[in-house]
Formats: sequence, structure tokens, C-alpha cells
Amino acid sequence: MMKIKTPRSGRVRRALEKRAPKLVETGKKTLILQGTKTSGTLNEVLSEIYHLKKGGAVRFTRKNDNIRPFESGGETSLEFFSLKTDCSIFVYGSHSKKRPNNLVLGRMYDHHVYDLVEVGVENFKSIESFTYDKKMAPRVGSKPFVAFVGEGFENVDELKHLKEVLLDLLRGEVVENINLAGLDRAYVCTAISSNKVYLTHCALRLKKSGSVVPRMELVEVGPSMDLVVRRHRLPNEGLRKEAMKTAKDQPKKKIKNVSSDAIEGTIGKIYIPDQKVGDVALPNKAKGVKRERREAKKKEANERASKKQKEESE
Amino acid sequence: MAMEMDSPKPFHVDVGNLLAFNPFHSFPSLPASRDELVKECLKEGSKLVQEVADSLFNLPSTEDVDGPLVKLPPTTTKLPREKHLPKPKPPTKWEEFAKKKGIKKRKKDKVVWDEQTGTWKRRFGYDRVNDDKDIPIIEAKMTDEPGVDPFAKRQDDKKKRVEKQEKNRLQNLKQAAKIGALPSHVQLAATALPITGTQAPPKKVTKDELGNVAGMAATSTASGGKFDRKLPGEKPAKKQGKHRKFLPVVEGSGIGSREKEQTESVLNKLISKHSHEILNVNKAVTMYNVKKEKKARSKRNQEGKSSSTTNKLKPKKQLHKKTGQKKGGAGSSKKGKAK
Repeated sequence: MMKIKTPRSGRVRRALEKRAPKLVETGKKTLILQGTKTSGTLNEVLSEIYHLKKGGAVRFTRKNDNIRPFESGGETSLEFFSLKTDCSIFVYGSHSKKRPNNLVLGRMYDHHVYDLVEVGVENFKSIESFTYDKKMAPRVGSKPFVAFVGEGFENVDELKHLKEVLLDLLRGEVVENINLAGLDRAYVCTAISSNKVYLTHCALRLKKSGSVVPRMELVEVGPSMDLVVRRHRLPNEGLRKEAMKTAKDQPKKKIKNVSSDAIEGTIGKIYIPDQKVGDVALPNKAKGVKRERREAKKKEANERASKKQKEESE
Repeated sequence: MAMEMDSPKPFHVDVGNLLAFNPFHSFPSLPASRDELVKECLKEGSKLVQEVADSLFNLPSTEDVDGPLVKLPPTTTKLPREKHLPKPKPPTKWEEFAKKKGIKKRKKDKVVWDEQTGTWKRRFGYDRVNDDKDIPIIEAKMTDEPGVDPFAKRQDDKKKRVEKQEKNRLQNLKQAAKIGALPSHVQLAATALPITGTQAPPKKVTKDELGNVAGMAATSTASGGKFDRKLPGEKPAKKQGKHRKFLPVVEGSGIGSREKEQTESVLNKLISKHSHEILNVNKAVTMYNVKKEKKARSKRNQEGKSSSTTNKLKPKKQLHKKTGQKKGGAGSSKKGKAK
């Protein structure tokens, strides 16, 4: 015996449809949480990442003892949170003697752990420590430029993985149209050595240049930190293949009354509604118009008279 | 600080993501100070951002209120999805049938012309066109049975149709759920466990009741459940020990005093004071009926056997026997009342 349960209010239905899997995906929400012990710097790091991703991030402030991303049983809590908050990237911070200032960046596929990268944070400089002209500060939610510098990102496996995860984390919503006046931030990630990456957040200043393209100037505003790659876990091959599947490009939405012909090309149909000439109100009652009508009536009367005469004669 | 860079600068640029990657830069020797490193990184970064901006600003743009709007090309870097690809909904049984037969959907109007009242009425909802309650007369057909109410029959038919539709809808959704294409706002929930033994569905027990069950069973033991082994996590029973009720020590001695009532009821039962309460009405009635029946039977027998001799001459044995039995019993309605 089964019962069909449907939401009774439109609000709930819309919320459910927002969370449903879509053909084309627009940006992942981030879950920021912490483990049993955190340090001061780590707290700052987590809150600043949350500020950077204000629109699409959820921050948990309680400690979670039972989350151990790299262990097989320690992911259930993470998956549960991901399911409830509908987040597909998570940033898990913890601090221990063996791994100080540890950040685990991970992604989910269908709310199960897909891949993980563990990095340590060093030389962290928070937003407050930077001095800059406040007018240039990037606004919340703007789409950033992302720049990766260094051959390490190409050659070293772990850095390649980190590059992918950082791109997923740092890029904003996937949009079709973008307003060029709203571009004001950029993230620069440089591979300093084979396991260290320098990440910084800059504001953009567009300077007048000769051509249409303005000259870009970067000014460091936001947090900057050194990320030292510690561990990482790549997704297993089958899962990766499934997650990378994309829908074939959908045929363009059918435009009404337009069809294409092999010989003639695109054909459009125009439907003209019946003109109600009698009902249309005359715009002006100018004397000239009246005279025209009088004359037209006279003409008609003459024609009719002539017709009658013809009929009579025939 | 010699830096190696490729002179023709083939950066990997993905305009859709506003991403630029320079795979040819390397630090052969780390710069001495942090500031130098930062400056170097920023310089490289700005070069890359400039590269992206070049391609971006050269895209065809439309003028908007806030600024030039540009349509981004699709992204070239492949990133994993966050959720599985949605499966297309399978066609329902009706849709398959319609496709096979070539039946096309026809667009229906919201209002329909009602002949009876001569107005435009809704197709469904309040004050609709063919409402069941608006039919004043149903003509009888030859096929109708005499005792059947046609109005009720119409309502029953409609109910059956609705149930059938619901059943079909459930089947369609189950089919969709089987292949994993259930619509996002629908959930299928099992309402009852499969029936195994008796036909009755299991009674729903509340959480409180379940919690109290162990405590209730404990009071049946001699020590009131004090020494029962408890499971880990089990909370102690709400009312521990044996359930006993004692009367209050100090109480008035009027009509409502409970102690007086208690003793009175015990004594009455012993002495059988209000014997009309003690009467077993059913037994008395059956005794009376049996007596009457026997009397009637004997009368018939006597009539059948000898019509001349009357009843008065026959020995009245039965009456004596019966009275003897009645004395020993709980008391009869005729004799017991005198006291």
C-alpha cells in the first residue's frame, strides 16, 4: 500500500524543485564547518571564506567530533549535512599537533563524498590587515576572475587536483550573461613549489587604455594564505565518469510560428486578427473628415441611383 | 631572480569561467623576501587577467541600464556535476495508448456554455456545468433495476471513477520511481506494513505508551520491578514500586467519607442487606419460565390422557419439590422480600 505525498503549498514545491537535479548546473553551495579543535588563525580563515562566498555558503560554528573525512566511517555526518543544506562543496577546518591549521576541501556527488584535498594554511593575512582605498572593495556576489600561475599545476598530480577544487570553490554562479561594469575581483593562485600554493584575493581597478579593453590593475584586498598540500583523495574511476557526464546540448527551444524548410530556409507565419473597422473610434472629428463622409455618402447614393436605373431599364 | 617564461605566452584561457592558466611559469629560486614574492605573483596574475579581459571585452555586447551586458561563451573546463543527470519522465500508460492510437490533446476552455441556464459556466469547480446536484429528474430506462436509487448510483459511479484514476496515477508513479525518474515534488510513502498473519492492521502505539510498557509489566512482579535487569539507556518507570492507594488519615465522618463507604460496602456484601441487589434476575426469570412450561406441558398431557379427571385430583408433586429447591437457592422474588 503506497501513498502519494505531494507538497500542499507552492512555497514547499518551489523549494523542492530548486533542489532537484538539473540538466545544466549553476554553481555549488559551500558548507563551512569545523572539527574538534580549531586555532585562532583557522577561525579567521573559515569566517573569511564564508564572507567571500556570502550568497552561496552555509557556516556551521559548532564543533563536530565525529567527522573524519579521510576515514571510511567518518563521512556520514558530512553527507547528512550536505543533504540537508543542499551543499556540494565543503570546507572542513581542524587543528592538531600533527596537522596544524588543517583545511579539508571536498566535493560531493549526489550527496556522497566525491573527492578530497587536505591543505595546511600558512602565512595567513586577513582582510583587516590590508590597507586599500575602500571604494574599490569588491561587492558581495560578483563573479571573479581566476588566475592560476605555475607549471606545478600542470605537472604535479596533487596540485592539478587542487586547481580543480579551487576553481570549483572560487568561481561564483555559472551565468550566461555578465555585466562588464560589475567585474571587480580576482583570485590569483601561484604554485610556489611542488606542494605549496600562494592564494590571494585582489580587487580590480580598470584603467582607461587606448582600446575598448581597459587595463587591469590588481590590488590585494582580501585574505592571502599559503596552502601546503598534505593529502588528497581522487575519485574512483567509475564515479568520475558518471559525474563528468554532461547532457547533450538540448535542441533550441521551439519558437512558436517559426519553422525551417530545407529549400526555403526559415519560414514564419504571421496571424493577423480580423480588423473590426466598424468598431474603431475615429480619432478626430475634424470638419474635413465629416465633409469627406458626406461626399462619400452622396457618391454612394448616386451610384445606387444609377444602379437602380440600370436595373429598371433592364 | 631569473624567471623563465615562454615568449609567445600560450595561456589556457576559459572565458566562460573567467579563468586563465599559465602553465609555463616557474620559480627556479624562491624570491628572498615575501614582498618580492607577492609582487611577482601579482604581476603574473595581472597579465593573465588582462588576457581574459581582452577576449571578454571583445565579445559582442548589448547596452543595459547598469552597463554593457555580454553573453559568455560556454565553459571549456570540465568540472564534475554535483547531482546526477535527471532522467526523462517515462510516458504514462495513457500517453502510450494515445501515441499508438494517434489521439491528440485538445485544448479545453475554462468556461463552457451551459444550455440549461443559458450562461457561460466553469468547466470545473464552484457552480460548474454538469454538476451532479443540478439534475432534477433522471428518466428510468428499461435496464434499470427497481430498487436502485439513480442519484446515488451516479455518485457511486463517480467515486469509482475517481478511485480508478488514483490507482492508475499511483501505478504510473511507481513505474517512474522504478527507473528513478520520479518528479521532484512527489514522494511515495508506504502506509502500512505488508499483512502477514491476522488480517487486522497493527494498532498504532504512541511513543509514551511504548515507554511505559516495561514499567507496566514491572508492577506485576512481587517487588514491583525494583530488581529487574534494565537495558542500557532505559529510563526508570514513572511510578515505581507496587501501586497501592491508601485512604487519607484525617477525613470528615459525614456522608462522603471514604472509609465509611469502604466498610459499608464490604459488610453489605456479607450480610446481603440490600437483597434486591443480590437478586439474580436472569436465574429467577428462567426458573419462572421453566415452571410455566412444565405446567403447560402437564396440562396438555393430562388433557390428552384423560379428559374426565380434573387437575385438582392429581397429586401436586411438583410444587413441593420446587419449593424445596428454592429455599436453598439465593432467594426467589416471592419469598425473599419479606424481611
